[in-house]
Amino acid sequence: MSNFFEKSDLSRNDANDIVSDTLKKCDDGELYLENSKSETILLDDNKIKNSSYSSDLGFGFRAVSNEVVAYSHSNEISKNSLKRSSDNLRSTLKSAKGIYNHSIPKSNKKYYENINPIEQKTLNEKIKVLNEVNNYLRSKDNNIKQVTANFNGEQKSIEIIRSGGETLTDIRPLIRFNVSVMVEKNGRKETGVYGIGGRQSYDTYLKDNNWKSVCDEALRIASVNLESKPAPAGEMKVVLGPGWPAILIHEAIGHGLEGDFNRKKTSAFHNLMGQRVASEGVTIVDDGTIDNRRGSLSIDDEGTPTEKTVLIENGILKNFMQDRLNARLMKTKSTGSGRRENYRHIVLPRMRNTMMLNGKQTQDEMIKSVDRGIFAVSFGGGQVDITSGKFVFNCTEAYEIIDGKIGSPIKGATLIGDGPSILKEVSMVGNDMMLDPGIGTCGKAGQGVPVGVAQPSILINKMTVGGTKL
Amino acid sequence: MVKDQEYLEKKASYCLDLAKKFGATNASVSVINSISETVNFRNKKLDESNRSDDLAIEISTYINKKKSSISSSNLLNENLDVLIEKCVETTKNTPEDEFNSLPDKDLLAQEVKDFDLYDETHFENDKKIDYLKQLEEFASNDKKIVNTESSFSENKSNFILANSQGFCKGYKSSSFSASSVIVAKDENSMERDYEYTSKCHLKDIKDAKSLAKIAADQTIRKLSPQKIGSEKISIIFDKRIAKGILSTFASAIASSSISRGTSFLKDKIHKKIFSETINIFDKPDMLKGLGSRSFDAEGVKTDTLQLVEQGVLKHYLVDTYNGNKLNIKSNGRCGGTSNLYLENGKITYKDLLNSNKKSLYITETIGHGSNIVTGDYSVGATGFFIENGEFKYPINEITIAGNFKDMFQNMILANDLEFKYSTNSPTMMIEGMVVAGK
Repeated sequence: MSNFFEKSDLSRNDANDIVSDTLKKCDDGELYLENSKSETILLDDNKIKNSSYSSDLGFGFRAVSNEVVAYSHSNEISKNSLKRSSDNLRSTLKSAKGIYNHSIPKSNKKYYENINPIEQKTLNEKIKVLNEVNNYLRSKDNNIKQVTANFNGEQKSIEIIRSGGETLTDIRPLIRFNVSVMVEKNGRKETGVYGIGGRQSYDTYLKDNNWKSVCDEALRIASVNLESKPAPAGEMKVVLGPGWPAILIHEAIGHGLEGDFNRKKTSAFHNLMGQRVASEGVTIVDDGTIDNRRGSLSIDDEGTPTEKTVLIENGILKNFMQDRLNARLMKTKSTGSGRRENYRHIVLPRMRNTMMLNGKQTQDEMIKSVDRGIFAVSFGGGQVDITSGKFVFNCTEAYEIIDGKIGSPIKGATLIGDGPSILKEVSMVGNDMMLDPGIGTCGKAGQGVPVGVAQPSILINKMTVGGTKL
Repeated sequence: MVKDQEYLEKKASYCLDLAKKFGATNASVSVINSISETVNFRNKKLDESNRSDDLAIEISTYINKKKSSISSSNLLNENLDVLIEKCVETTKNTPEDEFNSLPDKDLLAQEVKDFDLYDETHFENDKKIDYLKQLEEFASNDKKIVNTESSFSENKSNFILANSQGFCKGYKSSSFSASSVIVAKDENSMERDYEYTSKCHLKDIKDAKSLAKIAADQTIRKLSPQKIGSEKISIIFDKRIAKGILSTFASAIASSSISRGTSFLKDKIHKKIFSETINIFDKPDMLKGLGSRSFDAEGVKTDTLQLVEQGVLKHYLVDTYNGNKLNIKSNGRCGGTSNLYLENGKITYKDLLNSNKKSLYITETIGHGSNIVTGDYSVGATGFFIENGEFKYPINEITIAGNFKDMFQNMILANDLEFKYSTNSPTMMIEGMVVAGK
């Protein structure tokens, strides 16, 4: 547990007094303190290229009055610095005349252990694994021209002090292990990337030489791409594999269901609550409570316990994801979705682990039903314009489907679709739901936060594939 | 006020001394303080105010050819003591890399030139509010506009870069930025667009009225878009998208990508990679330039480079480590380019629009569709259908795709370059790209 006041001229009592005094006439707000330690150990081009460690300490002080947010952050945890922030907040909210909302739900549930993953494995052990990865891959296939592998570990301690002195804390471990290979054959180069991670120690993910399967997967994707043909261009049927391809759900639906865009009516979904937005059989939840997952949180960054929020039930839009501010203005409750990248940023409603639940069909049935289309297995990333609802994602492993059979691999192409209508085009939902391997980071308003996704295989009747072959 | 040079220098030399004491043979350190104040408006009302005061220190320690680094936002000496000791310990345990070194002493900048990058004016929050009130007034004139958001930011920063070879320099800089984001709606669609201005000096930013007007016009004309069929067609990239293509070129010639062999432009030095009308410059000494600098992130002096001359690639962007590896000298591009731009073409914007019977004008792309290993490019796009030089109707939900190797050879530029960002391009036309739509 971090003691934020140990080496400061600011005592806990001083902090409580300043917070309570500053937020007196505000509707909400808090002092958020954060201490994070992180490391990167990177092997690249046969060498340990980077061994770095970072320690970041700071506070963010927020006051909310009606719709207005005043925020001030600093790295200096001192009396002067907190007072300067307080003055800054007050000057913005001169005319505030709200009543502070003290109520915040409580829970003792923890979805990860209080560990520091960085300390649980020595530098030499980490370097040893990275070298083994490099040797294993380079001896496995002569086409391999480049190997990059890295460990990223973090422990973040947070403390939230609300008006009246109520205090909420959390300690969040997070790791990621990643392997990227570049292969070259007959002058053609392709890459393959794979990674694993979550909120446990490195060794939990790497036991039984599990690093080898990460290497094998990265190499498999790169090798498939060496044989790929130009992708087709135009509208066609698309079968998505289970697991990580659920970033489609994240982009197409997830962002548009975040509370802020709907309060502001800038989301294409803002007037669709209670209506059909997906085919029958499609149920989507956003769940912060799965043990040790990358997107899980015991409490969100406002102190609200996370939950499993049903967004779409059997095709009908049921809930938006809310932080305290947007929940209050939309007269509902926070879903524990208030998140921030770190103390430098304000809280926004964000996704945690976004999942489409199982249906009844098999992947086989889906592929057999397609005359001409593509089968997309893995993706690089996606993006959405929440106002127009248009979203894209980039395939990193995909195949053409001809007459119900999987054909040749095709080159990385962008797929584009329309968020509010795409889920109505889902005609089959598989029974093979999978979680992603724990590698996702979601960007919004310049803030990146770790997230997860999951889905079974699905068949989409119509999507535009952005290839080069007409 | 941002911390002064004396405070930053003191911290830097404290770290260098300490690194030496713990056994480092060399070290480098940067100390940065930046303070920014931002005010946001939404639908003519104050929405958010944000003040940030950021300190950051980054230290790299070397023991001969071994290297490790740390960073922290906690500049208390007792914290630095612990971190630097840890950093040197990690360095000892990190394997040697023969290419690790500080830059050559004779490449280091001898002076900090004054490029007029700092405007000490403090634009009080009340004045920011006045600017935004005016902006929002002009932005919401049209009935179709359903949401307006605008923002004004002031940033002041100061830094010191120092190393154990005696380099110790830094300078202040400032920026003032404003933006307007508009959402408009009609019976068929809802669309968003924006306009943005950012300058080192307050007096140089765009006035609130024209910023709002541009943002509003750009949004309204996007309403009721159509989806078009798949075909091969000429694409005209608006300047704000064209600069992204130039940035991709810059990442493909970064010495790190070249030395690792992971760029489609590897082995292309002194070869013709663009059509011969294309010239690309990286010019670090522009007065008030958003990317201007006297030296790079390692202290190496930066001179103007003509990266591409009549279509021929003349330089990579080289830092010390990758320079050692490629056996070439650093050209002061650790941390990337400065003021990077494509030189003006020969024809006017109007003539560019007219050069084909029909073409697509792209104002926005989405997705991370640039692959610098293969050169493949595929992104989602929004824009307009152009016929006989006229904007006919808005289009969306399409993708555009090609390969940079071909796109560079088929590039034609208008003569409308302006220096709005640190990377800039005139309006750009690329012939023969594939559009996927219906």
